[in-house]
This record gives sequence, C-alpha cells and structure tokens, in this order.
Amino acid sequence: MSGEQRHPNLVALLTIVRREVMRILRIWGQTLVPPAITMTLYFLIFGSLIGRRIGDMGGYDYMDFIVPGLVMMSIIQNSYGNISSSFFGAKFGRHIEEMLVSPMPNWVILGGYVTGAVLRGLLVGAIVLCIAMLFTHVRIPHPLVTIATVLLGATIFSLAGFVNAVYAKKFDDVAIVPTFILTPLTYLGGVFYSVKMLPDWAQTMTHANPVFYMVNAFRYGLLGTSDIPVGIAFGLMIGFVLVLGTLGLWLLKRGVGLRS
Amino acid sequence: MEGSPLYYQGHDGLFAPIIPPISMSNVPALEIHELRKIYATGVEALKGVSLSVQPGDFFALLGPNGAGKSTLIGIVSSLVNASSGSVKVFGVDIDTNREAAMRLLGLVPQEVNFNFFEKPFDILCNYAGFYGIPRAEAKLRAEEELRRAQLWDKAHTMARTLSGGMKRRLMIARAMMTRPRLLILDEPTAGVDIEIRRGMWRILKEVNAAGTTVILTTHYLEEAESLCRNLAIIDGGRIIENGPMKTLLAKLDVEGFLLDIDGGLPAELPHIEGVTLRAEDSHTLDLEMPRAMDLNGVFAGLDAAGVRVRSMRTKTNRLEELFVRLTGGKEAAA
Repeated sequence: MSGEQRHPNLVALLTIVRREVMRILRIWGQTLVPPAITMTLYFLIFGSLIGRRIGDMGGYDYMDFIVPGLVMMSIIQNSYGNISSSFFGAKFGRHIEEMLVSPMPNWVILGGYVTGAVLRGLLVGAIVLCIAMLFTHVRIPHPLVTIATVLLGATIFSLAGFVNAVYAKKFDDVAIVPTFILTPLTYLGGVFYSVKMLPDWAQTMTHANPVFYMVNAFRYGLLGTSDIPVGIAFGLMIGFVLVLGTLGLWLLKRGVGLRS
Repeated sequence: MEGSPLYYQGHDGLFAPIIPPISMSNVPALEIHELRKIYATGVEALKGVSLSVQPGDFFALLGPNGAGKSTLIGIVSSLVNASSGSVKVFGVDIDTNREAAMRLLGLVPQEVNFNFFEKPFDILCNYAGFYGIPRAEAKLRAEEELRRAQLWDKAHTMARTLSGGMKRRLMIARAMMTRPRLLILDEPTAGVDIEIRRGMWRILKEVNAAGTTVILTTHYLEEAESLCRNLAIIDGGRIIENGPMKTLLAKLDVEGFLLDIDGGLPAELPHIEGVTLRAEDSHTLDLEMPRAMDLNGVFAGLDAAGVRVRSMRTKTNRLEELFVRLTGGKEAAA
C-alpha cells in the first residue's frame, strides 16, 4: 500500500493548522513585523536608554529583567490576536461554515485554531528573543520550564481569544478585549517591574492577574528568579487551560454565535 | 490499513476516508420527520415538516421567500439547530451520528461562503482536508473539479477576483470534492446569466446521472421544471404540495398563451365560450383556456372575428402558475 495513511481527524487538524500558518506568512507585514519593531523600541528605550538609570531590578540588570516579560508579552498578544482575528474573520466571511458542515469533531476545529495561534506566538516569541540577543546576553538556565511556560501561556491566550471571537458580533468586539483587558493585565503583570516594589494591597491584587504567573514562570526559566513559586504558576496555568478549553468546546457544541 | 472501514483507495493508490456503505438501496437519501424550528426571536420557521427524497432523485424544494427553505437546508447541513424532529441522510441520523451523516452530504449555500483571500485550488484542497481527505488526493480531485467547472485557468488566482458565476461554480466544485451521495443546492443559479446557468445545469445533470441525489431550491421555476423529477412546495413552514413534477403539473386545468396578431386587434374582442381573452397591447392577445379544450375551436372563433394569429407562445411557466396558485399569489420566488 502506498500513500498517506493518516486518520481523517488528523488530516483535518493539519489542514486547519496549515491554513493558519499560510495566513500568518501571507500577511507577514501585519503578523510578524509589528511585534519585532515594537519590541526593538522597548529594548532600546526602556532597556538600553532608561534602563541604565534604573540600575538593578530583582538582582539583575534592568535589560535582563525585562527580556522575559517582553518575550512573554509578545507571545500572549500574538496568540490572542491571531485566533481572535482569524476565527472572527471566518465567522464574518462565513467560511467557518466550511468547517461546520464537515464531519470534523469540535475538538479538531478548536485544536487546529489553537495550534495555529500557538505557532504564531512561538514564531513571534523567537523573533523577539533574537532581537533581545542584540541588546543583552540571553541565557536559559531552565529550558524545560521556559518551553512549558511558553506553550501553556500561548495556549491559554489562544483559548481566551477563541472565546472572544465566538462571542464577537463585529470587529470592534475583537479589539475591545485586547485594548481594555489584555494590555492592562500585561503591563500590570510584572513585565517591567518586580511585584515586590509594590505596596501590599497592589501585590495582593497582582496575584489575581494570570499574566503575572506566566511572566514569572518564564522569568524563572530565563533568569532563574521569580516573585512566586513556579509550581503554583504551573498549577494555575494548567487550570486556565482546562477551564478555557472546556469552555471553548462547550461553545462549539452549543453553536453559540455559530449556529442559529 | 487496507480493510479498515475508515479508508478507501483513491487516485494513485492514496487512501482517503470512506463514505459509509449503504446497505439498502431503498433507504431514502433524505428523510425528514416532523421537523420544527422556533428561533430565539419566537419566529416559528418550520411547523412540523416531513419529507422523503429517494436515492438518485433530482428534487426541487420551492417556496416563497421566508417559507422556511433555508432553515430546512440549514438543519439538514447542521448549520441550524432543530427545535424538534429528526433528519436522516441515507438512514444516518444527523443528531446521533453527525460525522457519518455529514460525510454523505454536500452543500452549495445561497451566499458565497469561501475565503476571498484564498485561491480556488487551495479552497478546494482545504475543504477536502476538513473531510479527512489527504492533501495529495485532494490536489488531484481539485484539478478534476476545477476543470469540470471550467475554472482551471483561475485555479491560482485570488477568489475575490472571480465573477459571480465563477464563484457559484466554485462552490459546486467545492461541494463535489468529497464525492457526496446527496448534494443540496440553495439557489445555485441566482443572479447568473442564462449561458452560465445552462453550464451549471449541465454539471448538475452530470452529477445526478452519476448517481448523486440532488436537491435544489431555485428562483427560476423553469429551471426546476426542466431539471427536477419530483418537488415539494413549502409555505409558512409547512409542506403544502409534494410529489412527481408531472403529477403536480397535471393538476393545472387552465393554460395561458400570448398570441401575436397580424394587422392589429379589432375594437371589440370576440366572445369564445370558455375562453378568456384580453388585449395585452394593440398587437398582442392574452388567452386563457381550459386544458381540456382544443385549440382548433379557439382559432376558428378568432378567424371568424377577423383576428389573424401570426404566432403564439406559452404565457407563463406552468410550474410558476401552479406555484402562484398554491402559495396564494405570493411572490413567485423559490
């Protein structure tokens, strides 16, 4: 027997992933270049120019301190943005119906879109990490923690972006969450500062921010330091994946925003 | 892998998902029982629709705008959730075995629903991929279907640049990528010119002749009359007529003709027993007569009144006439 022998669901999953990756590469000027430019400016202004005056942060040079946060911020924003715009675009253009009338199970649809979004997050994260290497020496003392954090963080925000896209009725609905929720959570999640600098009440509030755990787990992977125990961060991240994944599948099963 | 119920051998020995075998040839291609749909707005779009379409049929589903056709097609293709009732595609229930049922079904929707920023070749290959058909097999099928739809020269151009007729042909080609046993087309020829429409009719006749059951809704009732063997008329969420096209058309007891008159009409139209005459303009006569009556008597009456008939044509499409009668004169739209 010759030829491919993949299970139909695997073929379907790879088809969605392939389509998502082709989309990312086709519109590279919108998907890959902007985060590279933005992060270069962050490194240049906050890390190199202002960072010199700030001095140490958490026992590390300020540039070294912000690298994990900025890489994680890029991964989060791009994973979220990829799935929310792509899935909502498919809804808006009605080509989501190609998938809804197919025999694909819901987990394949969700898995395909999430994998595509995670891949964009990883691609952008790698680009930003390469840019960071131009400004500082990046070491990775805990590579497994680093990789696991990246995958979990990207998956969480891909799933969150999917939920956003399912409920969105117009393009404004896709833009509102990143502007009013995602960006504040990211900036207040300890990307640019150590949470120990904050007053007690602000520290307590920061612990309700999921981005805080991702940034600190990633910082542990790259620098070996964290404001919180890494085990707690992983426990919470896995919890978020399970809750959001279940919610995504439930929304697809009910056909919320998709089937009338 | 050989012998597995999941795969069959396609082009060049490549393996693709198999369509579930149908054990009984007399299992209806589509069987709908007491289907109801009440939308969240409270609108009751379907009020207990039951329908059966036999394998190999070319079936027309007609009804005025808002009659419930698109809701019905939406439920069958799993884009709309039914409130109650059941739908079986070749005996496979879409609620209890959705995946198997969807493998048997192909849909050409009313609205264009492919990604305008992709190329036709990729659109077809991706669609096949959603059904689990390997890429290599999908590429071969895509070329085959694009050639049949006369779109091969557009295979690698952006879909948004296609004309309206090309987009509709592309949707038929896309639906055929999975070799469906039941093909449902929701107004596939809406808004395309007659030449393209006839090209699409050719494709659909080929598809049906090859054994695929075809269900069609259309705005053009002459299209249904020339293509379909059986039909159902839906109105107000209920099936109001269902049966063979010939049987239903035979129910019409009146025929209408337009007569082109040589030299103009007389000031007073002649009276012919059982015939209704009306001047359409000074050279055209509108004639309605019982189907049982022969035309010789009519012509004799006209001749006696000095009316010279140069030519005649059927006034209305017969199906359109039936449709208007059954739906109480609502908009003649499918």
